Amino acid sequence: MSDTNTPPLPDFPQIPDAIVERRRRRSSQLVWIIPIIAAIIGASLAVKSCLDRGPVITITFKSGEGMEAGKTKIKYKDVQIGEVKAVIIAKDRSHVLVTAEMFKEAVWLLVEDTRFWVVRARISSNSISGLGTLMEGSYIGVDAGTSKQSQHEFKGLERPPVIAMDEPGCQFVLHAIDIGSLDITSPVFYRRIQVGEVIAYELDKDGKGVTLKIFIRAPYDQYVKANTLFWHASGVDFTLDANGVKINTESMVSILLGGISFLSPEDPSKSQPASSNSTFTLFANKDEAMKRLDAVVETYVLVFKESLRGLLIGAPVDLRGVTVGEVTRINVDLDPRNREISMPVEVQLYPERLWAQYRSKSQQGKPMDSRQLLSTLVKHGFRAHLRNGNLLTGQLYVALDFFPKAVPSKMDWSKNPPEFPTITSSMEQFQTTLMQIVQKIEKLPLEELAGDVRQTIQTFETTLQKIEKLHLEDLAGDVRQTIQTFETTLQNADKLLKNVDTSIVPEAHSILEDVRKTLDDLRKTLGGAKQTLSPDAPLQQDLRETLRELRRAAQSLRVLGDYLERHPESLVRGKEDDR
Amino acid sequence: MRQVEPAAAGLGLCSCDVCGLVSRSDKAGDPVHCPRCRTRVHFRKPNSVGHCWALLIAAYILYIPANLLPIMETGSLFNYRKDTIMSGVVHLWKTGFWGIAAIVFVASIMVPLFKLLALTLLLVSVQRRSTWWPMQRARLYRLVELVGRWSMLDIYVVTLLAALVQIRTLATVKAGAGALAFGAVVVLTMFASMKFDPRMIWDSLRKENQ
Repeated sequence: MSDTNTPPLPDFPQIPDAIVERRRRRSSQLVWIIPIIAAIIGASLAVKSCLDRGPVITITFKSGEGMEAGKTKIKYKDVQIGEVKAVIIAKDRSHVLVTAEMFKEAVWLLVEDTRFWVVRARISSNSISGLGTLMEGSYIGVDAGTSKQSQHEFKGLERPPVIAMDEPGCQFVLHAIDIGSLDITSPVFYRRIQVGEVIAYELDKDGKGVTLKIFIRAPYDQYVKANTLFWHASGVDFTLDANGVKINTESMVSILLGGISFLSPEDPSKSQPASSNSTFTLFANKDEAMKRLDAVVETYVLVFKESLRGLLIGAPVDLRGVTVGEVTRINVDLDPRNREISMPVEVQLYPERLWAQYRSKSQQGKPMDSRQLLSTLVKHGFRAHLRNGNLLTGQLYVALDFFPKAVPSKMDWSKNPPEFPTITSSMEQFQTTLMQIVQKIEKLPLEELAGDVRQTIQTFETTLQKIEKLHLEDLAGDVRQTIQTFETTLQNADKLLKNVDTSIVPEAHSILEDVRKTLDDLRKTLGGAKQTLSPDAPLQQDLRETLRELRRAAQSLRVLGDYLERHPESLVRGKEDDR
Repeated sequence: MRQVEPAAAGLGLCSCDVCGLVSRSDKAGDPVHCPRCRTRVHFRKPNSVGHCWALLIAAYILYIPANLLPIMETGSLFNYRKDTIMSGVVHLWKTGFWGIAAIVFVASIMVPLFKLLALTLLLVSVQRRSTWWPMQRARLYRLVELVGRWSMLDIYVVTLLAALVQIRTLATVKAGAGALAFGAVVVLTMFASMKFDPRMIWDSLRKENQ
């Protein structure tokens, strides 16, 4: 085989010749463009993925609830800016470390005061949020900070911040005795418009109060002045008095959840908007807040000797229907010398309310001398006494009025606080009068009178018996005897009548007079009570109406509850017929 | 020593790839055409090795993103996932579809890799004029040609799903950048194997014998 290098060339004359074409040769190297393009594509992909790799940050959370490596996203204003890469437990097992890779464009977000929190479905008293996360799973929300200091390790918030950092507005600090029904995100109202929210609260270090932080949104924060008054607008202010039922509320929202209202008294001297983080007091209700409008407060002591049952701290001090102060303290005092118990009641008076008219008339602008004025008034019979404010509840209030016939007294300026003279109340007087009447009746010689009458009757009886036994023969003598006896009887009767005339009649007369007066008083009082209690009285009607409304509200709530129980999905999807 | 058959090229004959007519051609470099159907004819595919290398290298390069980038993005109401080929295989394996996982693994990872390596082997051996196991190499080439189109399975699946599953918010399937790269790898290897001229396997054998 190896001897024939080339096999014999067979000659096939019938094989046609190929057609030769003279043409410029195309470069065969053009094909190398393909791997170059591929390389460029590959390299560009590599470079892109390298460049796109954003910074890696670590966030610590208390728990890793709802977080999944490679799935949980990080979103700023609902736009994804990163993804959780790993969720691990810290070495000391106290918290969870979440490692996340951020997008490159989100680098500017990673500054010192940027806040992270987990957005998951939350159903709290006043809002349902994050329902979308039920479907898509929770994500990490971001609130961009304003600091320039960049940072890659963060501490996650346990609950979402109420106010985003870039939201224009002002923060203020409020001090309150207790938090009431407020919570974070509770609304703040100004003229019943919601203008802000409670963003934080904490117990004071000494445990004697609560400090709240509120946020007022931008156009409204200018209405917070240095003298602005804040009060709890929580729930319903239900007042029941002789005028009927008065219900005062803020919006429906605040009825259910509570809230804060504020108002600035019109005082041109303090019209500058309050600076951020100013501190205010949060009052329990609007009335209390409005009391603080009185700049001048004077404290006096009223000493009563009667029962103070029904007098509460906070009870008004009333001057002919105008509230000019309130009771601040009730004490019991034992006087060892007189062995008497007296009840010193401390009241605060707002003299500006009392003497506003006086001041404007006489001493314009000058600080008035309220002591001198008060002394003059007391000299003319200005006294404090207790009055029954409400027959139903038996509440007392302190009334100031003029009693020209009162025992002369004067202000005791030597005491601190000064003592203001009092007189016993009309109710007390009524009781005392009644007691006196009873005592007088007790003193009457009723037993003696009864004895006299019995004796007379006995004599008469024996006389009648004797007449029965009478025989005709004894008649003459007996008649004489009878006449004699009758005579003595008459004399006795005469004596008795005289006695009655002298001892009983004037006494009884005065008693009757007293009783009539007392009963007149009582009738008037009862008439008032009857008016209040009659079935067509406004109070009753209003109350009935209110109760009916309440029942209806309860019914519809029950219906809603039933429906929700049967169709819990309607919370998400809406009512079946609405779809 | 084995029997070496005479090459048509050595006799100045070449056949038309389209109509199969054998024609006589001198060995000058000018392009020639089939006298019957006017198709360009040549003794060997021109620049076969160079072109084949170029396509192969491009395929190699694209093989990397094809495996690293997500090939399919599936979004449903409850989750959203991006799958690379390998993560898809792992997912299938974990969820118990071992058979499908094996098929996908073989069709989408093993086969393209096998094609790339096989073509490389063929090219290297041709360039080095190796006379090593020509029969097996020829068989390998036939296998590459046969198997080539089947590794588009993944792309079929992705394109079908992407076209069918478009229920807006409930579920969506999108082809990822990896699918593009993967498709390019398959196409490039198919072109490369087309460009490869298996007659060259035997050329070196004959030259050695001369």
